[in-house]
Amino acid sequence: MKTAPKLLLTSSPFLKQQEDTPAVMRQVIYSLIPALIAAIYFFGISALLVIFITTLATVGTERVFNISTKQKTNSLKDYSALLTGLLLAMTLPPGFPLWMAFLGGVIAIVLGKLIFGGIGSNIFNPALVGRAFLQSSFPVAITTWSPFSDFSGFLEIRGYTFTIPFVKAGTDATTAATPLAHFKFDGITTDTANIFFGSSAGSLGETMAFLILLAGIYLTVRNYINWRIPAGVFIAVILFASGLQLIDADKFAPPMFHLFSGGLMLGAIFMATDPVSSPITHKGCWIFGLGVGFLVVLIRTFGGLPEGVMYAILLMNAVTPLINRVTQPRIYGEVK
Amino acid sequence: MLIIISIAALGGLTLLLATMLIVANKKLHVEEDPRIDIVEDMLPHANCGACGFPGCRPFAESLVNGGSLPGKCTVSSEEGRVEIAQFLGVDVGAAEKQVARLACAGGTNVARNRAQYQGLQTCQAASLVSGGGKDCFWGCLGLADCEVVCDFDAITMNGFSIPVVNEDKCTACGDCVEVCPKDLFSIQPESNRLWVACKNLDAGDEILEGCQVGCTACARCEMDAPGNLITMKNNLPVIDYSQNHNTQVPIQRCPTGAIVWLDKKKGVIKGEKSKKIIRKGERRIATT
Amino acid sequence: MLSFLSKTLKTFRHGIHPGDYKDLTRDLDIARLPFSDELTIPLSQHLGAPSRCLVKVGDKVNRGQIIAEPAGFVSIGQHAPVTGTVKAIEMKHHPSGKMVESVIITKDPFSPQTFYNEHAMEWENLSPDELISLIQHGGFVGLGGAAFPTHVKLKTPEGKNARFLIVNGVECEPYLTSDHRVMLEQSADIFLGIRILLKILGAEKFYIGIENNKPDAIALLTKNIPSDMNGEVVALQTKYPQGAEKMLIEAVLKREVPSGKLPIDVEVVVQNSGTIAGIGMMFRFGQPLIERVVTITGPGINNPANLLIPIGTPLTDVLDYCGGLKENTRQVLFGGPMMGAPQSDLDVPILKGTSGILCLTDEEVTIKEEFPCIRCLRCVDACPVYLNPSRLGALAKTRDYEGMLEYHVMDCVECGSCSYVCPSNIPLVQRFRVSKALLREKQAKAVKKSA
Repeated sequence: MKTAPKLLLTSSPFLKQQEDTPAVMRQVIYSLIPALIAAIYFFGISALLVIFITTLATVGTERVFNISTKQKTNSLKDYSALLTGLLLAMTLPPGFPLWMAFLGGVIAIVLGKLIFGGIGSNIFNPALVGRAFLQSSFPVAITTWSPFSDFSGFLEIRGYTFTIPFVKAGTDATTAATPLAHFKFDGITTDTANIFFGSSAGSLGETMAFLILLAGIYLTVRNYINWRIPAGVFIAVILFASGLQLIDADKFAPPMFHLFSGGLMLGAIFMATDPVSSPITHKGCWIFGLGVGFLVVLIRTFGGLPEGVMYAILLMNAVTPLINRVTQPRIYGEVK
Repeated sequence: MLIIISIAALGGLTLLLATMLIVANKKLHVEEDPRIDIVEDMLPHANCGACGFPGCRPFAESLVNGGSLPGKCTVSSEEGRVEIAQFLGVDVGAAEKQVARLACAGGTNVARNRAQYQGLQTCQAASLVSGGGKDCFWGCLGLADCEVVCDFDAITMNGFSIPVVNEDKCTACGDCVEVCPKDLFSIQPESNRLWVACKNLDAGDEILEGCQVGCTACARCEMDAPGNLITMKNNLPVIDYSQNHNTQVPIQRCPTGAIVWLDKKKGVIKGEKSKKIIRKGERRIATT
Repeated sequence: MLSFLSKTLKTFRHGIHPGDYKDLTRDLDIARLPFSDELTIPLSQHLGAPSRCLVKVGDKVNRGQIIAEPAGFVSIGQHAPVTGTVKAIEMKHHPSGKMVESVIITKDPFSPQTFYNEHAMEWENLSPDELISLIQHGGFVGLGGAAFPTHVKLKTPEGKNARFLIVNGVECEPYLTSDHRVMLEQSADIFLGIRILLKILGAEKFYIGIENNKPDAIALLTKNIPSDMNGEVVALQTKYPQGAEKMLIEAVLKREVPSGKLPIDVEVVVQNSGTIAGIGMMFRFGQPLIERVVTITGPGINNPANLLIPIGTPLTDVLDYCGGLKENTRQVLFGGPMMGAPQSDLDVPILKGTSGILCLTDEEVTIKEEFPCIRCLRCVDACPVYLNPSRLGALAKTRDYEGMLEYHVMDCVECGSCSYVCPSNIPLVQRFRVSKALLREKQAKAVKKSA
């Protein structure tokens, strides 16, 4: 009779690199925090409430789904619901009614993730699905921007934050137009430095573009996002916008303006790089990024909306499986 | 005026499309023996492949043009087969009922694991990792690949992780035979009641340390069996089913109960001299 | 400064960088393990047909005497590792998990255990075919772990030309140092072996590929290349799986072996440095392959070592010699941590293909939770054969085996790079192994049906 220890049989390999998916998601969330703080600083308590409620909605919906469908594992462990909530909040205006934000969070998780089979199976970026739903359902509320202020205005409630559900919002809140809306509908260009370093009216994620850029650099260096996608977006935007500028410098906005206004920074660095809905080959990521950049400028310039990032990314998400198929690399030693 | 134009336009389009469909139906129609549809309806629509064809429709085609007899469909009930035979005017051609049988009785109460397997919980995956960790290399791993693959709910895992075949539901489709990585299942005629429930190719009493109901190749069954009904090959008794195998004599002196008699009502019957295992729980290694 | 710029080491595309972990045994000289009382020699410890046994129970055998002959071309001879008596020929546990027919020899306690037939073997005047037959009967297999009969690689098929010999001194698996020590301590044997192989193959040049975490071996072998031989030592970047045949050829010669083909199709033959040292030793002393250097290492063993072990030594004897396993040892692997075979039993013999014994404790084997694939691209970046493990894993889950064929799953070398980097802890290699086994079975059945 042997007194050997009971040995364990597992499949090779027996070494593993230590970082797992929750750690990757957590790092993305950490890199988003500076931008979140800036948004709360500029837009006050309304912003904080929007972020809180949206995140509560996404996390809560996922947990309820887990429990009610008797899933074996708690899928909140991979932090992706939390990330979706934060990103969705960043696309909303600060004065957004809280009940709509909550609804948006629920829809983002249900329609953007759960019906596809959970994380890893979704075709579209869940945060953008939520925002698309809100845009179609509440087009007025989602384009009602509030002015920003410094810390003294922290406790000021913006917009229609506390509107009762399904009741038409009053018209007494102060509103301001975003740089993009200014340009599209009024033809006024905002100073680039203003939108890059300072703040402007807009949704929570449109402030302080440089914080988001820094976050992007951090994530690239640590290899948590694929830099080819934001690079593709920026290159396409610069090329296309410059091309348009050459045609008519007054009618079309300059490339720097396109780069730093609106949700482009947030979209390029946090939304488009969502690994599940972006291509799995490097060549595919370039095509994806370039496509997003091109569509953004196209929609902004020739479309009916001042902001085109969301739809550009959603459209390219839809094409991603095809991009994956087409850009499969040749395998080792394959003779084509 | 506008309404009339709309109705005319849509109506015209509808008529055009309908005409195209009718023409296509006529032109692309495949001439087929109408009996094939009727016979296919009479089949159980399980598409299991037990008949040897890739589905019920190809089997129906073969039935109609005389390539097969209805008896091949083991999923149909006896009345169903007779109905098809009568419709086509052929013999039922029923073969004897065949079932899947398992050649292992090493459940967790009698067989022990040498090492603990962790990983993908399927038998196929486990058997690739050093054989699966069971002390008897040829024994059943109990991860239920067969239960999952059976389309007819005929296999259930018992409390000791051994699959049990419900012979009434079994249609001998062969899926379990294909999926088992240790090749423990085989399709047998139901009347083969004398059965060797072990595939251990090793000999000697040491194997009982690993599994208490294993075959030690003591050859008592070979000695006791009438004529040359049983011969030992590779340390296992091989029964020649072409002879008269309707005898319970060979199982009586088996010390472990590796060779058994499968009674339709009473289940598995072991010989008088075989060790009675009354352990209800899992067998564990003694740790010194 | 300038040398840094010009010294970009050769390597292959993709791959991973697991830690080195070789400090435990890197500087330990090879020590000889005392002969065990009973040795078990499986008749099948190589790829190909099991050897045909030539002895019967009760026969007295001498150390180095042949006890089994090759049963066909893809088969090798087996020899007695000790002077003693054949106790039994029966089925015993094999490190692969199976039960294999083995010859069990008890050591003669009064014998000095010298090799019975020491003589220098003449090779200059022999033809390549004669040399190949000697190597086959000498029982040589690839000592790197695959245990493929060496002589089969040396027989160049019709119409092919072997221009280059690459000596695989890479040893990319973490923890293992047996090839490293052989290169340091047996460089004369290695060069003799290379000479003989160059003669057999008719090759024009040889390369010795060594990773740059073994600077002493690189320096020593570079210095010792005989002046009349045409070859060089190539320092390679330390990356896994540099030691895989195809990756080694890509790094050294920048040639890609076509999918489904062999290295000979790009005019190259690759041999492990330990195998070559063994061949050199055989022609110097006449001794066939009856012992090999094995690294016993890992956090779970009390005294790690590089030991020269007779083939067939029980694992328990080896572990006892090294101070025994620690209390919390949970896994014992034959091979390295990336492609090794876990053992279910300690009662197995050391084989010709055993390059290392790795003992891992509870800390190293924490089973991690599996998450869904987030398509993060890391596996695609790691796979040295440029497959798409993420897609293959998704297809494997839904059991779409035809789809997996389309995505070239049969080209997978099971190196483990994808499973290593996956942040969702998906058991990719295990899934691929199962799928490949099923596909091979299906192909075999299809061939049988059409025959």
